[in-house]
Amino acid sequence: MKKGRKKLIGLAIYFFLLLLPIYWMLNMSLRTNADILSVLTLYPANPTFENYLKIFTDSSWYSGYINSIIYVTINTLISLMVALPAAYAFSRYHFVGDKQVFFWLLTNRMAPAAVFLLPFFQLYSTIGLLDTHIAVALAHCLFNVPLAVWILEGFMSGIPREIDETAFIDGYSLPRFFITIFIPLIRAGVGVTAFFCFMFSWVELLFARTLTVTNAKPIAAVMTRTISATGLDWGLMAAAGMLTLVPGALVIWFVRNHLAKGFALGRV
Amino acid sequence: MNKWENNRAWLLTIPVLIIVAFSAIIPLMTVVNYSVQDIFGPGQRIFVGTEMFRSVLHDYRLRDALWRQFLFSGLVLLIEMPLGVLIALAMPKKGWSVSLALVVLALPLLIPWNTIGTIWMIFTRPDIGLFGATINNVLGIPFDHTASPIDAWITLMLMEVWHWTPLVALLAYAGLRAIPDVYYQAAKIDGASPWATFRYIQLPKMRGVLTIALLLRFMDSFLIYAEPFVLTGGGPGNSTTFLSIYLVKLAVGQFDLGTAAAFSLIYFLIVEVLCFLFYQALQNVGKGANP
Repeated sequence: MKKGRKKLIGLAIYFFLLLLPIYWMLNMSLRTNADILSVLTLYPANPTFENYLKIFTDSSWYSGYINSIIYVTINTLISLMVALPAAYAFSRYHFVGDKQVFFWLLTNRMAPAAVFLLPFFQLYSTIGLLDTHIAVALAHCLFNVPLAVWILEGFMSGIPREIDETAFIDGYSLPRFFITIFIPLIRAGVGVTAFFCFMFSWVELLFARTLTVTNAKPIAAVMTRTISATGLDWGLMAAAGMLTLVPGALVIWFVRNHLAKGFALGRV
Repeated sequence: MNKWENNRAWLLTIPVLIIVAFSAIIPLMTVVNYSVQDIFGPGQRIFVGTEMFRSVLHDYRLRDALWRQFLFSGLVLLIEMPLGVLIALAMPKKGWSVSLALVVLALPLLIPWNTIGTIWMIFTRPDIGLFGATINNVLGIPFDHTASPIDAWITLMLMEVWHWTPLVALLAYAGLRAIPDVYYQAAKIDGASPWATFRYIQLPKMRGVLTIALLLRFMDSFLIYAEPFVLTGGGPGNSTTFLSIYLVKLAVGQFDLGTAAAFSLIYFLIVEVLCFLFYQALQNVGKGANP
C-alpha cells in the first residue's frame, strides 16, 4: 500500500496549503492592530475578541451580514422555482429552438458582470428598486438561473422517462407528478443546485455593491470601511473576513452528505 | 435519449425566459444604445454610429489587457485542470473522511471574492504576511506584489489556483464516483496499469464533468474582477489590469460610457465565441471516443 500512502501525503500537503492562508487571517483577527504591526507571530500570544465584539455590537457592521443572507436566500429560491420547470422541459421535450435557447441561457452565465453594471444601475433606479434586497437577488439571477437550469437538466436526464410515462398512465397530472414524485426523486440535484446558487450569489460583489447604498448593503461592501484615513485596521478587516466564511461553511456542513451523493449521481 | 416532440414545452420555460430577459436583454440593449452615442451628461448625447467601436479597436491599452487576459486564463487552465484531477484521484472514496475532505475542499469556493483578495493581500504582505515575510526574510528573496509586476503575477496565480482548483477537483471527483465498480474489476482482470485505467476508463468517464469544469473555469477566469481589484488594483502600473478592471476604470472611473459600452460588447462577443468553440470541440472529442 505504498502508493496509497503517497496519495495521502500529497493530499495532506494540499489541504495544509489550502488552510494556511485562512489560518493566517484567523490569527490576525484575534490580535489588535498594534500587535499585528509590531511582531510577526505564528499564533496570537494574547488572543482578543475585541475585533469580533466590535462587529457584533455595531449595527452598521452586522446588518451587512443580514443583508447578504437575505438577498442570497431570495435569489436561491427564485432561481430554483423558475429553473425547475424549464429544466424539465429541456430534459424531456423536443421543441422548436430548444438547443438554441439552452445555449443562449448559458451565454448569460458568461456575461461579464462589468458589462452590465451601469445598465443595471439605470434599470433598477428607473423602476425604483435601487438599494433593495430584491434588486440584488434579481441581478444575481442573471448568472444563477442559467446555471441552475444547466445543473438540474443534467440530474433530470438521469431519471428514466418510463417513470413519467407510468405516472401519466396512472392518471397523474403534470404538476402533481412533478411535485409529488419527480422533485423528491431529484432532491439531491436540487440540493446541489441550491448549493451552487447560494455560493455564486454569496461571493459576488460587483452587482451587490453597485445596486445598494445603505439599506441592503452587503457585508463585502461594508468591509471596505476598514480602510480609513489612519490606514488599514487589519485586525478588524480579518475578523470581518473570517465571519464571511461562516455561512458558507455552515451550508457545506449541512449539505455535505447530499453533496457527495448528489455529485455522484448527477452530471455535475 | 429520445424525447417527446412537444412545442407546448415552451410554456414551461417561460418563467426562466422572463427573468433572464429582464436581467439580460434590457441591460444589453442599454449597452448597445450607449455604444453608438457620445454622452456628455443627462439629455446631452449625439449619435456617433461606429466611431466608438473604431476607437476601442485602436486602443492599445485594451489590446494589452486582452493579451494579459488570455495569458492569465491560459495559465490558470493549464495549472488548475491537471491539479484538480490529481486531487480528485487522491481523495478518499468512503468513510467519514469523505465528508471532511469535501467540506475542506469546498471552503475556498464559499469565500466572497473580495475576502479572497483580502486574505491574500494579508498573507503575501512582506511585513505582516506569513508568505511574504517567509520569502523575504527567511529565504532572502525580495518579494513585493505592489512593486514588481512579476511578483504581482505570481501572487495572483497562487491566489487563483488556491481559490478555484477545488471546483475542478469537486467536479472531477463527482465524475470519478459515477464510474461503476465493474469497470475497475474488468481493468484488474485485464491487468491494466494504473495509467491505462486512468487513460481509458477514468478520463473518458470524466469527460462530461471536465467539460463543465473547463467552461466554468474559462468563463470565470476571463471575467475576473474582484480579487485582482482588491489585491493589486490592476497594478503595479498596468501589469495586472485585466479586461474587467479596465472596463470598470473606463465606465466608472472616467465615465466614458460610449467607449466602455462598445468595449463591453466586444468583450462579451469574445467570451461567447470562445465558449462556443470550446463547447463544440469538447462535444466532438466525446463523440469520437464513444461512437
